[in-house]
Amino acid sequence: MKILVAIKQVPSRDSQLKVSSSGRWMEDADLSAEINEPDAYALEEALQLKEKHGGEVVALCAGPARASQTIREALAKGADRAVHVEEEDLGRFDLLGVAQLLAKAAAEVKPDLILTGLQSDDLGYGQTGVILAELLGLPHSTIIMQVEKTEAGIRVKRELEDGWFQHMTMPLPAVLTIQSGINKLRYATLMGIKKAKTKEVKQLSADGLGVTAAPKVSLERVYMPQRAKQTTLLPGTAKEQAAKLAEILKFEVRVL
Amino acid sequence: MRNMPTFRGVDYLHLESLLNEQELLVRNTARDFVEKDVLPQIRECYRDGRFPHDLIRKMGDLGFYGANLEGYGCAGMSNVEYGLLMQELERGDSGVRSFCSVQGALVMYPILTYGSEEHKQRWLPALQKGEAIGCFGLTEPGFGSNPAGMTTTARQDGADWILNGEKTWITNGTLADVALVWARSPEGIRGFLVEKGTKGYSSSDIHGKMSMRASVTSSLVLSDCRLPASAMLPGAQGLKSPLSCLTQARYGIGWGVVGAAMECYETARHYSTVRKQFDNRPIASHQLVQEKLADMITELTKAQLLALHCGRLKDQGKLEPAHVSMLKRNNVRAALDIARTSRDLLGANGIMDEYPIMRHMCNLETVKTYEGTDHIHTLVLGERVTGVAAYK
Ligand SMILES: Cc1cc2nc3c(=O)[nH]c(=O)nc-3n(C[C@H](O)[C@H](O)[C@H](O)COP(=O)(O)OP(=O)(O)OC[C@H]3O[C@@H](n4cnc5c(N)ncnc54)[C@H](O)[C@@H]3O)c2cc1C
Repeated sequence: MKILVAIKQVPSRDSQLKVSSSGRWMEDADLSAEINEPDAYALEEALQLKEKHGGEVVALCAGPARASQTIREALAKGADRAVHVEEEDLGRFDLLGVAQLLAKAAAEVKPDLILTGLQSDDLGYGQTGVILAELLGLPHSTIIMQVEKTEAGIRVKRELEDGWFQHMTMPLPAVLTIQSGINKLRYATLMGIKKAKTKEVKQLSADGLGVTAAPKVSLERVYMPQRAKQTTLLPGTAKEQAAKLAEILKFEVRVL
Repeated sequence: MRNMPTFRGVDYLHLESLLNEQELLVRNTARDFVEKDVLPQIRECYRDGRFPHDLIRKMGDLGFYGANLEGYGCAGMSNVEYGLLMQELERGDSGVRSFCSVQGALVMYPILTYGSEEHKQRWLPALQKGEAIGCFGLTEPGFGSNPAGMTTTARQDGADWILNGEKTWITNGTLADVALVWARSPEGIRGFLVEKGTKGYSSSDIHGKMSMRASVTSSLVLSDCRLPASAMLPGAQGLKSPLSCLTQARYGIGWGVVGAAMECYETARHYSTVRKQFDNRPIASHQLVQEKLADMITELTKAQLLALHCGRLKDQGKLEPAHVSMLKRNNVRAALDIARTSRDLLGANGIMDEYPIMRHMCNLETVKTYEGTDHIHTLVLGERVTGVAAYK
């Protein structure tokens, strides 16, 4: 099975974020970056499928030159080769544009299965994988927790709301968007890191792929959430107060 | 530890920009490993005085042992990459880093450098994977700083060697499948590979340590221990051979202690921003606290630069033992000072094992002593700049 995994580089979690002077993105020059979390699980799933059924894992990343770090990490963990659509300012494209870049690049690879993360940690649209599938004319399924190969295709487990799951069979080729936490991520071994240097990374560009930025959706403004400190005094008897407190903790703060 | 944010390293001067992609990947793997596999258990291990055994094979699978060596399954990393690995491991615990140092720099390195092809085939792949454990026996009860005086002897009996003597303070001694024992032979100091179970060879653990509690430290006894001729490392002759191993290990220590210092500093820095005293102000707002933090971050950054520069020199083949002495001496001193000051900033909490500082501080007392005490490295530097040796 030839599996293509779309991976994105995003600012590290817990980064100290500052809104950029344009007000449309964050200052990311000095931010450390890492692989988008659900993508890490998608990659792991692909590597496990390859270990079970043989084949090839190709990592696909659209992003600036610095994303080569994330690509290298995927190769170090065991991806066989990679495709880098190098684009310094991915913000020029809307999500349709990014999906077009990925679709064009994916079409050249001709994979049996495409895995993406469920959503990205920075933009969080949760759409890229789905649009990618539409552009390629492939069936897709989202929020996937388990993938099994069958005679005719695959059987997947989807997460629904409220602890419900859905099992489906799908033909291949197909696109799946993968949920975080569904497997145990491996470390890149030092041997793997060394070997990654010798693996092929194909460089593509938006121009080369014939995709021009014509965004229909634009990001107008990013801002820090307003932090308002609120003090609420609960009236009533101790018993009433406790009941109200429990309710708040359960349904508003959601820590119970 | 309570509510500490994810560890992102300590990098005041953008030193990360001096590292290449591969170096960062190595560091990230090691950091991740420490975060997920070391830190969750190290406090208990330290309390109980035991080494976290589950790490042995895992570190082998990841390529941590002899990472900067080439061949026989070793990862073939650069010395900077190896240094970053040591830094991250010691951020977890000096005992874990020591395990790796001994295995790689003090056992695999001499086998690779001084061993026969048979020694290499037999031991290196197994040591690399963590299927076999090694230890390094140089120190004796009567000879620590001055190993030249060692009294363990090796005499020839036909084709065999007979070893007699005692080694002490040996990291991993009772765990080891193979001990590299240094002994005085008629032709000078030589190294012998003594296998677990050899008649006349025994080991026992040293108890009561208040430092390096998550590391095994042992004594070895050799009592008419008969070894075949093939047990001797053919390439190692004279004290310079074990000392060359120590130079490798000390280099790693110079990086390792930076990790311990980063953990202490970061814990104290964060604590100072959340702990409030006097008018409900964070203690970080008091000038005396800021001075301590400013001193610590400065010394820490200098230690990082020294380690990185020495690493680059080592990769160019230009790092000399006297350079390594400066690295080891300065960085251990800096780390110990940072650990003590960090302990101070946490007040009473600083003495608790809920925070990592006291553990690191106690460990660093060992690190100051082993692999050449602070004094001995002072004398190396003194000799280097004056041409006069002051050891005697
Ligand atoms: C936890 C732990 C693990 C260890 N692991 C190993 C191991 O795996 N293998 C191994 O071989 N050894 C190991 N060691 C031993 C370590 O290397 C020795 O402890 C060290 O070399 C110092 O020797 P010593 O303890 O006998 O101290 P001493 O040599 O007795 O020194 C005591 C003090 O005197 C000072 N001193 C001595 N001579 C001079 C001088 N000429 N000038 C100025 N000051 C001097 C020293 O600096 C020190 O302050 C380990 C030690 C510890 C604590």
